[in-house]
Amino acid sequence: MSTDTEPTPAIRVDDVHRDFRRPRRSIRQPGPTVQALRGVSLEVAPGERFGIVGESGCGKSTLMRIIAGLDRPTKGRVLIEGRDVTALPERRLGFLRQRLQVVFQDPMGSLDPRMRVRDIIAEPLVAQGVKNRRDRVAELLDAVGLPAEAANRYPHQFSGGQRQRISIARALAPRPTILLADEPVSALDVSVRAQVLNLLDDLVTELGLTLVFVSHDLSVVRHVCDRLAVMSAGQIVETGPTRQVYDHPQHPYTERLLRSVPSMHKALAGASTTDLLGADRAKPKDVEDKGTAHA
Amino acid sequence: MSRIDPGIGAAGEPLPVGGLPRRRAGASLLVGAVLVGLVVAAALVSFVWTPYDPTLVDASSRLQTMSARHLFGTDKFGRDVFSQILVGARTTLFVGIVAVGVAGVIAVPLGIVAAMAPRWFAEPLMRLLDLLLAFPALLLAIMFSAVYGGSTLVAMIAIGIASIPSFVRVVRSGSLQVLSTEYVLAARAAGRRPVAIGWRHVLPNVSSLVIVQASVAFAIAILAEAALSFLGYGTPPPVPSWGRMLQESQEMLFTAPRLAVFPGVAIAVAVLGFNLLGDGLRDRYDPKLEDRR
Repeated sequence: MSTDTEPTPAIRVDDVHRDFRRPRRSIRQPGPTVQALRGVSLEVAPGERFGIVGESGCGKSTLMRIIAGLDRPTKGRVLIEGRDVTALPERRLGFLRQRLQVVFQDPMGSLDPRMRVRDIIAEPLVAQGVKNRRDRVAELLDAVGLPAEAANRYPHQFSGGQRQRISIARALAPRPTILLADEPVSALDVSVRAQVLNLLDDLVTELGLTLVFVSHDLSVVRHVCDRLAVMSAGQIVETGPTRQVYDHPQHPYTERLLRSVPSMHKALAGASTTDLLGADRAKPKDVEDKGTAHA
Repeated sequence: MSRIDPGIGAAGEPLPVGGLPRRRAGASLLVGAVLVGLVVAAALVSFVWTPYDPTLVDASSRLQTMSARHLFGTDKFGRDVFSQILVGARTTLFVGIVAVGVAGVIAVPLGIVAAMAPRWFAEPLMRLLDLLLAFPALLLAIMFSAVYGGSTLVAMIAIGIASIPSFVRVVRSGSLQVLSTEYVLAARAAGRRPVAIGWRHVLPNVSSLVIVQASVAFAIAILAEAALSFLGYGTPPPVPSWGRMLQESQEMLFTAPRLAVFPGVAIAVAVLGFNLLGDGLRDRYDPKLEDRR
């Protein structure tokens, strides 16, 4: 946690828990509870690039949704720019919807197939009653490197990378100060990942945004973030500057996660795909063991 | 070691460029469209031209067989069967439109609301519709006719009401699927209110389901009208109706079976047409909705 005297953190998460109740299997007892988050706390300073890494199923997407006000914590608080958004009803979340925007993971699923790109990008503007939407959409398309005539087309006419650009344009439309990116490149072809990442990187710098980047891919996070939190089984096991976490991992889980990153170096050293997959396989099981021990 | 190597990038496979491939129109879609087209054409033609006045009673030409003068022959009152079939197509389509219209206008919003509403509202609503589902459509129509007087409109409003429950179920399950997508989440993150999400995202994305369900309901309504007219609760006498033609033909089934064959075939064509059209549209649209998850 930062100990400096910054005025108000852009995002502050205070001991957040989130339980999901599974459907009941018997009429005599309620369904089992799954603890997706168990006491997560973190702070993101304005202008910071903060990464959240962890295995799929560790709760990072749940955390992202709670920060974005799309889900409510069972316990704990979330403060966005000093304002508590946990208890606010949807109609009073206007400022959050304007200040904080999300880029989703699935470039196919996050764009309505029945809407034209123009309407998709303008959606936050319509919702917030902004005028002059036409000009703004043209501006945004240009900013994400898409031609102006893209506005009249439908999402299925674009490639995965282009769709993610559309997604980014929509997120930037209401001029937010905080951008949450939930695995924005993990569904993309490796060859276009770098392009989309660089675009995101440039836009965040240019617009001075606070970025929260959620990913399971450590090499991607390293590329983008200043500071990161490592999540496992609904808890943050380690936080620190990216460099430090990479070079001197404190928690055994972080170490394992780092070891499993496939790299050219390792491939040349003779590690086969099966080895890498083997390392991959071992982890989720381990996480699960840990999970049940706590529950 | 003979295991297929899944590859490192397996999780990050590129998505197909250019969206989902358009499926070719299936045979059932084509045949259905042709049959429905036939019925629609007959109805349209009947507005401008029929060989004879379909209600004209001509005692001198009773029960004639098929000839160049009377293509499908004449019935016991000497009315031209071909003209009656043509005008009957109007009745049939009117019936379908009213029934499907009533069902659709009520069921589509209800289905979307049932999908978006909290449990305490949605669950009782669905159970109430289950109750209605258990009630036979024809019985409801006969009841309505007994109370409000027998007319095509009354019968069809009843049939429409009876087909609301299955309609709501289809729309609701489709809406639930749409509501679980990331684009709805994105719309919420953009600050869209539930009404806007229902109208702008859910409705357009369940519209294909609605069309499929509507064509099936159309077929059911046509059959119901025929059955009601046969029983004497449907379209009242002067207006030609395929169902009533069937009923009138039954006393001469052995002397003039063609009088039953023509309206029977017409009903079969219309019902088959709408069913095939519904099936064809389902084949075309449903997998798309499933792929979206």
